[in-house]
Amino acid sequence: MAKVFIFPTTSLVLSDMVERWGHEALGAAVGIREKIQTPSLESPPLQMTPEDPKKGLKYAAVEVPCGVRGRMSLYGPMIEEADAAIIINDSDLSFGCMGCARTNELVMFMLRQRKEMPLLDIKYPETEDEGIAFVTQIKDFLAGLEGENDE
Amino acid sequence: MTIKEYIPTYVGTVTKYVFIDSPNITPQTLAIRAYEISEGLMVKETCFGLQITGEPEQVKKLIVELRKVDSAHIFVKDRGFPPGDPRRCRANLGGARPGYYGHEFECGLLKFVSHGLEELDKKKPKPVPQMSKKKLDQGKLPLNRLIEIISNEEA
Repeated sequence: MAKVFIFPTTSLVLSDMVERWGHEALGAAVGIREKIQTPSLESPPLQMTPEDPKKGLKYAAVEVPCGVRGRMSLYGPMIEEADAAIIINDSDLSFGCMGCARTNELVMFMLRQRKEMPLLDIKYPETEDEGIAFVTQIKDFLAGLEGENDE
Repeated sequence: MTIKEYIPTYVGTVTKYVFIDSPNITPQTLAIRAYEISEGLMVKETCFGLQITGEPEQVKKLIVELRKVDSAHIFVKDRGFPPGDPRRCRANLGGARPGYYGHEFECGLLKFVSHGLEELDKKKPKPVPQMSKKKLDQGKLPLNRLIEIISNEEA
């Protein structure tokens, strides 16, 4: 079972595909759950404390907005931990009320910097034929990962 | 500003969204199936499917069973918050929760993904019948029949 980082990190389709074929999806929910279930100081809604932007300094410089650094404190360790990654390139939903375009650029940059890591670049399907290609590509990619992280 | 201590709830549990986008199965049908086999898990029915909270292993088992209902039209995703959490529940926020719009967008594409999954299943090679291990007395004279022959011979 390999750990697969998904982008957009909140993607329903990617999260499902990865788990459907027996791997572990690393997305925003995993990081948020860890924060929500850890005792600390009350900091609603996402339990991000002033410590988190400091942790994000590992991935982004001090002059980068703390929103980016806070997000990177969630995504950075997951990118380091991942055995593979799937990126949907035309994902407008990753930039909006809960997203940040600069963080997305940094996440994709970090993923592409890891040359040894298998990476799948795809786009959302818009027709039935594209749906078949979308599913087949992901399945073939995940099948190639089998055994990488087996104990 | 006073800083309060945060004491988490539902520690050690996972919450999963189960989205159903099927012409044959409704969230209600799926919820009833989930209640039948949930064994103490928290199952919440929603307009799009279910939210399931509980021990990771138990949730995984339930998801495997639920997928059997309509595999190509059921989609599962992790959730960070437990259901009804006041920081995310729309009952407290007065509007859709922030993650809703992403789900709304992807739900519009599920029909293409479902079609892909169905086509993928059709391409599967037919399973070859497996030969079972040969039993020790297979093809040999049964003991009862042997006793019968001997007794007939003696008579």
